[in-house]
Amino acid sequence: MSIGASRQSLGEWLQSEQPASRRQARLGQAWRTWRLFTGNRLGMIGLAIVLLLVLVAIFADVIAPYDPLLGGDLRTMRLLPPSMDHLMGTDDLARDIFSRVVHGARLTLMVVALVAIIATPIGLLVGTVSGYFGGWVDTVLMRVTDIFLAFPRLILALAFVAALGPGIENAIIAIAITSWPPYARLARAETLTIRNAEHIDAIRLQGASSGRIIWGHVVPLCLSSVIIRVTLDMAGIILTAAGLGFLGLGAQPPQPEWGAMIAGGRRFIIDYWWVATMPGIAIFTVSLGFNLLGDGLRDVLDPKAGK
Amino acid sequence: MATALAEGRSRALPAFLGKTVRLLATIAVTILGLLVVTFLIGRVVPVDPVLAVVGDRASQSTYDKAFVELGLDRPLYVQFGLYVEKAVTGDFGQSMLTKKPIIDDIARAFPATLELATVAILIGTLFGIPVGVWAAVRQGKLVDQVVRIVGLMGYSAPIFWLGLLGLLVFYAKWGIVAGPGRIDISYEYAFTPTTGLFLLDTAMQGQWGAFRNVVSHIALPASLLGYFSMAYIARMTRSFMLNELAQEYVVTARVKGVAEWRIIWVHALRNAAVPLVTVVTLSYASLLEGSVLTETVFAWPGLGQYLTNSLQNADMNAVLGGTLLIGIIFVGLNLLSDFLYTVLDPRVRRRA
Repeated sequence: MSIGASRQSLGEWLQSEQPASRRQARLGQAWRTWRLFTGNRLGMIGLAIVLLLVLVAIFADVIAPYDPLLGGDLRTMRLLPPSMDHLMGTDDLARDIFSRVVHGARLTLMVVALVAIIATPIGLLVGTVSGYFGGWVDTVLMRVTDIFLAFPRLILALAFVAALGPGIENAIIAIAITSWPPYARLARAETLTIRNAEHIDAIRLQGASSGRIIWGHVVPLCLSSVIIRVTLDMAGIILTAAGLGFLGLGAQPPQPEWGAMIAGGRRFIIDYWWVATMPGIAIFTVSLGFNLLGDGLRDVLDPKAGK
Repeated sequence: MATALAEGRSRALPAFLGKTVRLLATIAVTILGLLVVTFLIGRVVPVDPVLAVVGDRASQSTYDKAFVELGLDRPLYVQFGLYVEKAVTGDFGQSMLTKKPIIDDIARAFPATLELATVAILIGTLFGIPVGVWAAVRQGKLVDQVVRIVGLMGYSAPIFWLGLLGLLVFYAKWGIVAGPGRIDISYEYAFTPTTGLFLLDTAMQGQWGAFRNVVSHIALPASLLGYFSMAYIARMTRSFMLNELAQEYVVTARVKGVAEWRIIWVHALRNAAVPLVTVVTLSYASLLEGSVLTETVFAWPGLGQYLTNSLQNADMNAVLGGTLLIGIIFVGLNLLSDFLYTVLDPRVRRRA
């Protein structure tokens, strides 16, 4: 950093009208976006919930007072109501529900992260290739996308899980297979506006291959809008995963997956309400968090759509 | 002038025909695509389709015979051809579970889902539109915030969990609605199900006791699904209304001295209604999806429950048949929403 910069405060450096380097301009832009976002109270609440989820998932071993899989004494500790010892009570196998919910955060986070990691590149690839080449490539790829969009998401995921066999890995694959089409649509729309830009023509004239242009110059420009869309979808991904778990097609017992836990507590909901209620509160809170975060991000980054 | 008009008309007819042909081609390609997807899913299933037919104690010769009869010795594209041929005639094979043709099973389950989804969409529309308009008129005020948060909660809650809590509170604790199922056994034979829509059947046959029972059974699941579509419809109504209220014709109407309620409910809402029809049709389609989980919780004998039951018993024919049918209904409703849009919006109609 130059001597001049060291004399100004960090805030001034970030807000400078004449950034001296690309890094300063980028950081400044990020800072302004962040300032805008912090003004959005609901968005901040959402961010806090999501951060809490991440922290709980990382420190699950420290936070959970009991083992999530091993129960206590089956004669005396089954189906205990919430108390100071067991914040959320115990289930029918005398396991502490609070510990299970805490460990379930790991599974939820894993599902969300893996679905995003699998579905985003597929959507980006299909969308950018489709938009960049146009013609019959575009027609074929978009037809395929439309066909995937023609099934309701949960039902297509159900059919895939039925084919692949139940289990959390297969549930993740099934959800990823059903979530990429909207990203492909979005990436294609973005690519259509980018592909005739002058800087793309300039690169093409320099002899860059199509693959290089798409990967190095089109994808980065589509990335931000696709990422917003993925964030907005995360609540839906959590709900789909929980639904699959509830139907017995996602995570298998004794894994502490929230949806499967609700299914487990369903039989005795009338006498022991907490067994099914507590994991549901966790699902609700986390997906509300992602919804608030996504809404906030959209308001800040894409003022047109929010209104 | 007159010639121009006549010319326009004569040109309009081929244009309309071309559009119809293109539309039919799109439908055909999409449905063929749906068939490819269900066919391929059916191929990767670890369940042996031959064993499903002959049972696992069949002799090798019986097995081989069934293998050939099912066409499994043929190349994949021939198998697909056979699959399409059968599907077109409505033959999706036999259910392992009920030993009946899939199409019959589905025909029996479908009215239950249709009834639930229809009541739900009525609730969602009747509440969602006024609430959305109200939120738009009071943009940024308390009402708007409350509507936004209630809507977000609708997006965030797992429907099967809300269903369980609803049963716990309204059925088990307060006893103001009936429990799971469509109707109590004591009323089941009080009427003849002609349409399969119990509300309609009981009302037409004057069985008011049974009608009340059906209402009390459908109230909770339909309100729940209705809440979810209400959240979506209210949100979209709000944004369409905000768009309309910012238009110049609203200012003109105000200057003319038109009453505010008339501006909102007659002038602006009528213009917002066109895109709203699309929204309502699409949320009707998504109720089919929501019904899978809701029907499981409420033991509602519809398509969703049929699908999950078949899944748990590895009855692949039934799963794929049900998936395909729901896909086709989905495509149909999407097309319907496009169609209604062109019919209702004079600008789109003229351009077409």
